[in-house]
Amino acid sequence: MNNPYIVLPVIFQLFTSVLLMFFWYRVNAQRLITIICSIISVGIAIWLFKEVYQNGILTMQAGEWQAPFGITFVADLFSTTMVLLTAISGMAVGIFSTGSIRNARLKFGYFPILNFLLMGLHGAFLTGDIFNLYVWFEIIIIASFVLITIGGEKAQIEGAIKYVTMNLLASAIFLTAIAILYGLAGSLNMADLSIQVAEIENRGLVNVVAILFLVGFGIKSAIFPLYFWLPASYHTPPPAISAVFGGLLTKVGVYALLRIFTLIFIPDEFLGNLLVVLACMTILSGGLGAILQVNMRKIFSYLIVCHIGFMLAGLGIYTELAIMGAIFYLIHDIIVKTNLFLASGLIFKLKGTLNIEKLGGIYKKYPKFSLLIAIPLFSLAGIPPLSGFWAKVFLIEGGYKANEWMLIGFIILGSFLTLWVIAKLWAEVFWKDAVALPKKINVKYFHELKPFKRWAMVIPIILLAVTSLYIGLAAEHIILLSKQIAAELMNPSAYLDAVLGAKTETP
Amino acid sequence: MELILVVIIGLLYASGIYMMLRRSMVKLIIGLILLGNGANMLIFLLGRIVKGKPPIIDSTAKMLTEIYADPVPQALILTAIVISFGLQSFAIILVKRAYKITQTDDLDELNTTDEIYE
Repeated sequence: MNNPYIVLPVIFQLFTSVLLMFFWYRVNAQRLITIICSIISVGIAIWLFKEVYQNGILTMQAGEWQAPFGITFVADLFSTTMVLLTAISGMAVGIFSTGSIRNARLKFGYFPILNFLLMGLHGAFLTGDIFNLYVWFEIIIIASFVLITIGGEKAQIEGAIKYVTMNLLASAIFLTAIAILYGLAGSLNMADLSIQVAEIENRGLVNVVAILFLVGFGIKSAIFPLYFWLPASYHTPPPAISAVFGGLLTKVGVYALLRIFTLIFIPDEFLGNLLVVLACMTILSGGLGAILQVNMRKIFSYLIVCHIGFMLAGLGIYTELAIMGAIFYLIHDIIVKTNLFLASGLIFKLKGTLNIEKLGGIYKKYPKFSLLIAIPLFSLAGIPPLSGFWAKVFLIEGGYKANEWMLIGFIILGSFLTLWVIAKLWAEVFWKDAVALPKKINVKYFHELKPFKRWAMVIPIILLAVTSLYIGLAAEHIILLSKQIAAELMNPSAYLDAVLGAKTETP
Repeated sequence: MELILVVIIGLLYASGIYMMLRRSMVKLIIGLILLGNGANMLIFLLGRIVKGKPPIIDSTAKMLTEIYADPVPQALILTAIVISFGLQSFAIILVKRAYKITQTDDLDELNTTDEIYE
């Protein structure tokens, strides 16, 4: 069905960014606008989700150019779920930033850029055109470049060099893949490509393009062996920025992989096996890397890599059940990872360090915070009945039914490694006796902050913790949702009809 | 014409990757620029090159019947050039900042964020 309002999330973020730019040096006005606008944007995302959930796939043809000639925006269940999650994470990070980001950074346009980043994310999820996807990716990366370097500390700049290089390389590879795909199929609309690519006789070249897409998105989503930039850069910016990066940016890559490999390139045996092996290695390398680290945010960075492997595993098994598991994991992971990075920001404000060997005694001194942070931590480890558990159950069941024994082994190993890391983290940071830490002059501690800022840092963590509790305890809703999404992905005919069928409706 | 373009694209990709593998940060940027230009040329080449046949419909006809130059790749390249211009200028400034802060051009020296005990 045609509905021009599906681009509203994108337009609204653009509006917010532009509005914020008028208040460049008035940081308190920016804080207020960010809080209000991010709540409105969650409202818009909920409206869009409800609309799509009730009426099926909605499309928007830019400038009334019918598909496949114009740029198409498609809001199917997968896109809108991602938009909703982005809006929720964006709201949490926005509110957290009002408390945790320094005024000096805010005066360099932190909030407008954050909203541009969210706009890019919404656009990337909603577009139905592969070149348009590239453009949204570029908007995302240019905004993230600014966010990662804003403040200009030495570690930030060093991390940014790696981050920028790998992202530019990924974009070049993505563009190369689009070039060859356009040469092969003569179309850029993803629904049209789905039909065209299936008819191409030169399967070898199609596989080459598929691998190029895999490498391009693989760099962005940090799969083995392309993940080294992630742990080297994600811990350098302020925690709020790490949260939006860790929660959302790598997941766009996963979203794109899931979309491309279910719609355009149906994996053959070689590609399927490749995905399975890559998933295993990603889980292993991320998990082992996390054990070694002592900086809390670096531990979380490695765990991002590890858990990207789980989602890739779902794609590698390529049955409806496994894809469903991957999507459940994606939903759970966005909320939990955002929350964990925010929690690390809170711990930094409490103690002035993130080195887990120096931290300690948080449970004794701040029991309420500890219980709050325990929710995302143990959701991540997948302790039943929290949210990570259900996703893993479906992934393992999917693997069992498809006889992927090696993958099941690695998924269990990955869960075990995560549990180990989380247990170590819990023991070191929360249970161990507190060590006297030298007071840092350049850190503004939590108890020195104004009450507004304190609440601004705690409320988003509570909000996301409640969301992840909902995902875990009311798992049935999420299971139904991911089941529907997986069914839509595996049988793209509804998607194709929604995009291309509009051609016959209007003269 | 195609053959020349193929050779040029190959050279651009090869030299871009070679430059990226060097240790100097400036060479890294040059490599990225060359790679981006190679990708743009590739879009141009794979959009099928047709000489002297603009996609303009004759006033007497309703559609194009003859072979014509596809305008889409050129639109794509234009977009990609503008985007890469922005990204590359950002990258150049970033490298300058990095040089000022770390006092080195050697990428191997930029490994403090990778060390476990920073």
